[in-house]
Amino acid sequence: MLDAAFFVRWMTAAAAVIDREADRLTELDSPIGDADHGRNMQRGFAAVVKTLEAEPPATPGAALTAAGRQLISSVGGASGPLYGTLLRRAGKVLGDAPQVSVEELRSGLAAGVDAVGQLGGSAPGDKTMLDALVPGVTALSASFAAAAEAAEQGALATVPLQARKGRASYLGERSIGHQDPGATSSALLFATLAEVAK
Amino acid sequence: MSAETTGGAAGGQGAPVGVVLVSHSGPVAESVAAMAAGLAGGGDTAPVAAAGGTPDGGLGTSAELIVKAARTVDRGAGVAILVDLGSAVLTVKSLVAEGDELPAGARLVDAPFVEGAVAAVVTASSGADLDAVAAAAGEAYGYRKE
Repeated sequence: MLDAAFFVRWMTAAAAVIDREADRLTELDSPIGDADHGRNMQRGFAAVVKTLEAEPPATPGAALTAAGRQLISSVGGASGPLYGTLLRRAGKVLGDAPQVSVEELRSGLAAGVDAVGQLGGSAPGDKTMLDALVPGVTALSASFAAAAEAAEQGALATVPLQARKGRASYLGERSIGHQDPGATSSALLFATLAEVAK
Repeated sequence: MSAETTGGAAGGQGAPVGVVLVSHSGPVAESVAAMAAGLAGGGDTAPVAAAGGTPDGGLGTSAELIVKAARTVDRGAGVAILVDLGSAVLTVKSLVAEGDELPAGARLVDAPFVEGAVAAVVTASSGADLDAVAAAAGEAYGYRKE
């Protein structure tokens, strides 16, 4: 079973990984986006860690809800409301249970992923974060490691796709050949989750 | 870019609907707010606030500035929020979904940014309610330019 401390460790580790990978995320966002994904995510997750430290959450649901809320208010780009919605919706589904099972986490995240699709009006194949999130969440029924691997493969599979959402969609065919930065950061979140669960 | 209010109460028909203009750019939001208020002209205009860019003056969307702007223009009759693109749309959508950050009756209005802003401020200044303001702003989509 996973408790609030597990989720705080996940968010803290995610902040560290995003900090380390920020330049790469921004590089990916340069040819097809507005070259701010790394810095935006860095700012958002730093704020998440600060909040979770200042007010330690009592439950997994509270941890994810607080993190999501913080991302919406501090990221500054589209990834803020999107990741914010993912975590907040998942947190709401987990409710105020003091501990949750991996299966409960999976169904919470699945609801979060649905909400992200609704908010952005997007589906897998549009070259967005959903291309990593959807396979990642699905594979979570097998294991954390399988989820990390599936999300990573999903992110890599965005390279040949043409973007249909977001700023990259204005580029049409010129968006082909670049890995989607949002799918890449989503894969990092799953990789961190698998790391923390070890 | 700070949220600034222009205008005051509408002509004596109860509280006016407030209008918030959310752009990726502070100067764009402020200029469109000034233009809409200017074109509404003639007497008191409905309160309009700009929430453009990030708090440090960069390009992007700030939930904090949006919430502040909405509170500034809220007179109890609702707030029409118009947005430009991308994260501005998504941020306002998620703030509305959040439910407790924005004043009661704050609504994301589906409208073109500049034309919708003018229609919204003119309509709000006439003392119309939030539904009418939203409808007027949305109708701006129907105005063809060629």
